[in-house]
Amino acid sequence: MLGWRDFKRMTPREIAVQIGVLALVVAIAIGAYFSARMNLAELGITSGFNFLNRDTGWSYSFSLLERSIDDTYRRTLFIGFLNTVFVGLISIVVATVLGFVIGTMRDSENPGLKTISSVYVQIFRNIPLILQIVFLYALLIHMPGPKQAYSIGDVIFMSNRGIMVPILTLPLWSVVALVIAAGGLAWGLLRSGLGALACFGVWLASVVVLNVLAIVILIPEGQSVVSIPFLKGLRFREGLTLSVELVAMIVGIVLYSAAYIGEVVRGGLDEVPKGLVEAGKSLGLGRFAIWWTIKMPMALRSIIPPLGNQWIFTMKATTVGVAIGFSDLFYIVSTSITQSGQTLELIAILMGAFLLVNFIIAQLVTLLNARLALKGYGS
Amino acid sequence: MSAPPPIAWSVDWRRRAFATPHDSVLTVGVGLLLAWMAWIAIDWALLRAVFREEDVAMCQDENAGACWSVIDARHRLILFGLYPFDEHWRSTSAAVAIIATVVLSCIPWFWSASRIATLWIVGFATYYLLMEGSLIGLEQVTTDKWGGLSLVLFLFSSVVLLGMPMGLGLALMRRSRLPVLRLVATLLIDFIRSLPLLTTLFTAAVVLPILLPEWLQGDKIWRVIIAFALFFACYQAEVFRGGFQAIPDGQYEAGKALGLGKWQVLWVIVLPQVFRHALPATINMVVVTFKETAVVIIIGFFDLLASASAAFGTGAWVAYYMETYLFVAFIYWAFITSLGRYGEYLKDRLRQDDH
Repeated sequence: MLGWRDFKRMTPREIAVQIGVLALVVAIAIGAYFSARMNLAELGITSGFNFLNRDTGWSYSFSLLERSIDDTYRRTLFIGFLNTVFVGLISIVVATVLGFVIGTMRDSENPGLKTISSVYVQIFRNIPLILQIVFLYALLIHMPGPKQAYSIGDVIFMSNRGIMVPILTLPLWSVVALVIAAGGLAWGLLRSGLGALACFGVWLASVVVLNVLAIVILIPEGQSVVSIPFLKGLRFREGLTLSVELVAMIVGIVLYSAAYIGEVVRGGLDEVPKGLVEAGKSLGLGRFAIWWTIKMPMALRSIIPPLGNQWIFTMKATTVGVAIGFSDLFYIVSTSITQSGQTLELIAILMGAFLLVNFIIAQLVTLLNARLALKGYGS
Repeated sequence: MSAPPPIAWSVDWRRRAFATPHDSVLTVGVGLLLAWMAWIAIDWALLRAVFREEDVAMCQDENAGACWSVIDARHRLILFGLYPFDEHWRSTSAAVAIIATVVLSCIPWFWSASRIATLWIVGFATYYLLMEGSLIGLEQVTTDKWGGLSLVLFLFSSVVLLGMPMGLGLALMRRSRLPVLRLVATLLIDFIRSLPLLTTLFTAAVVLPILLPEWLQGDKIWRVIIAFALFFACYQAEVFRGGFQAIPDGQYEAGKALGLGKWQVLWVIVLPQVFRHALPATINMVVVTFKETAVVIIIGFFDLLASASAAFGTGAWVAYYMETYLFVAFIYWAFITSLGRYGEYLKDRLRQDDH
C-alpha cells in the first residue's frame, strides 16, 4: 500500500491536499455523529440494535416462512431478506435463460427471428421497470374473481387472487435440501475441471435424478404425487398459490432483465470472429452445432462480465417491489423505519445486506470467468 | 485485394429469409404473427377506440376498444401534476426548454465542454425561472406543486447537469497520483454502485435529516437530486475512466514536450479525446438516468407515474387504468427510444471514423 517512499516523492502541496481531504472526511463524519446524537435525542430515540428483539405488530404481503404479527424485528427483517434473495434468484435464472434465447435470436440470420426479438427488446428495455411492474400488477388484480377464474386445462387457474398451480407434494425441508444440493453440485462441477457444457449436462441429469429419487422415497404410497388446485366455495384449495404481487414482481423483472441480457448475449455473439463461423460451415457443421460448439464457448468469455453486472442489477431491482406492496427487504426496512423510528440501524442493515449479496454475486462471476477463460487468451 | 462489391440489401434479405425450407417457414410464420399482433393493437387502440371526453359513454359499448377519453379528460393532470391550472403554459414552455436542450446537445457543433455546459445551464435556468416564477415577476410556484412530466424532466436535467462534473471529478480523483484521493474516490464509487438507487434516494430523503444539522438540510427535493446526481456521477466516473484508458501515454508526454503544464495537457489534449471515447457510454447513462427517475414515486414525489395513478384513481375513470398506463409508458418509451437510437447511430459513426 502506501509507504514512506510515496510521501517522499510528493511535493508539499500534494501532501497538504491529501491532508485537507482526509480532514474533510473526518470532519463530515464527526459532524454527522454529533448532529445525529442531537437529532435522535430530540426525537427521543435510543440508538442500538435492541429493537431487533421487539415484536413488530404489523403484517405484510409475502413470506416463505411461517409468520405472524408477533414476530420480532429480527425475524421479519430476515424474512424480507429471504424474499429479496428468492425473487432475485428466480428472476436471475429465468431472465438469463430467456435472455440467451433472445440474444441468439437477435444474432440469427433469419429476418423473422431477428425482427421479433428486436421488437421485444425495444419494448421491454425502453420502459421503466417500475412502470412495467405496476402495470402488470394492475392487469392481474383486474382479473376475474376465483369463481370466474381463467383456467388452463382445469389444472392451472388465474384469478385476481393470484395464480394457482399444481405442485409436487414434497415436504418443504426436502425442497430446500434439493435446491441446496443443486447449488452445491453446480459449485463442485464448476471447480472440477470439466468443460462448461459437460458441467451443465451432468448437473441437469443429476438434478432430475435427485428429484425422481426424492419423489420415490419421500411420498408415501397411496398419496398422490401432485397436488392440483380446485375451487371450493369462494377460494382455491390445494396446489400452490402464487400471489399477485409475487407474479407481477417476477414476470416484470424477468421481462425487463431478459431484454438487457439479450443485448449482452448478442454483443458477445457479435464479437466471435466471422472466420471461425465460416470454418465451422466449411466443415459441414449445422447451425446448431456452430452455435453450441463454436459461437457460445467463444462468446461466453465476453458475455460473463456484463452478465454478472446484470445479475447484480436484477438483485437490486427487487427494491421496486415496494410500489406494489411486495414485502422485499426494502419494503420491510422502510415499514420498520416508520413503525420503530430506528432509521440509522435499519438503513445500515439494508445497505449491509446489499453489499453482501453483491459481493457474493461478484465472487461467483469471478469464479465463472476463471473457469471459462481460454488458455492463451489474456488473463 | 479489393473488397467484393456490396450486395443489395433486398437481395441479401431475400437470401437470408428463404435460405432453407425451415427459414421460409420461420420468416412467414413470424411475419404472420407480428402482423396479427399489430392488427389487434391497431384495431383496439385506433379503429374501435373512443377518443373524446364527451363520448365516454360509448366506452361502455361491448365493441368499444381503448377508451382514450380518460387521456382527453385528464391529460393536464398527468403532464403537469398539481401545478396551478392557469400557469400550465409555464410548465409547457419549461418542458420544451429541457427537450430543446437535449435535442440541441445531439448537434456536433455543441460538443465542446464549454458550449455543452453553457447550453445545459441556459436550458436548466430557463426551466427553473419559468417554473418557479418569482424571479421573473410571475406568480411563485413552489417545488412541492411541480409534478407529472415537468417534474420528471426537472429531475432528469438537474441530475445530469450536476452529476456530469461530479463524475469527471471522481474519475480524476480515482486516477490521481495521490493515494488518499484515490482511496476516497474508489470507496465512494464502489459503495454507491453496489446499492440500489432506491436505497440511495431513500437515504437522502429520510436518513439525511438525522445526520445533518437543521441549517444544512434544505428541501427534500434538492437532497434527493444531489443524491441522485452522486449516483449518476459514480457510474459516469467509470465511463470516463474507460475513456481515459483509451488515451496512450504518448499524448501526455507530447503535451509536456510542448511545454504545457499538467492541467493544460489535461484540459487541451486529453479531455477532448476522453469525451469523444466516452460519448456512446455517456449517452447510454443519460438514457438510463431518464428511465430511473421513475422510482422517485416511492419516496413521495408526484412524478408521471404518480399523476397517472391519480388520473384514473377517482370516480368514473377507475376502469381505464390500462389506457392511462399505456399513455405514460408511451411517453417514456418515445423519449428513451429516440435517445437510445441516437446513441447507437453515434456509436456506429464514431466506429467508422476510427477506421
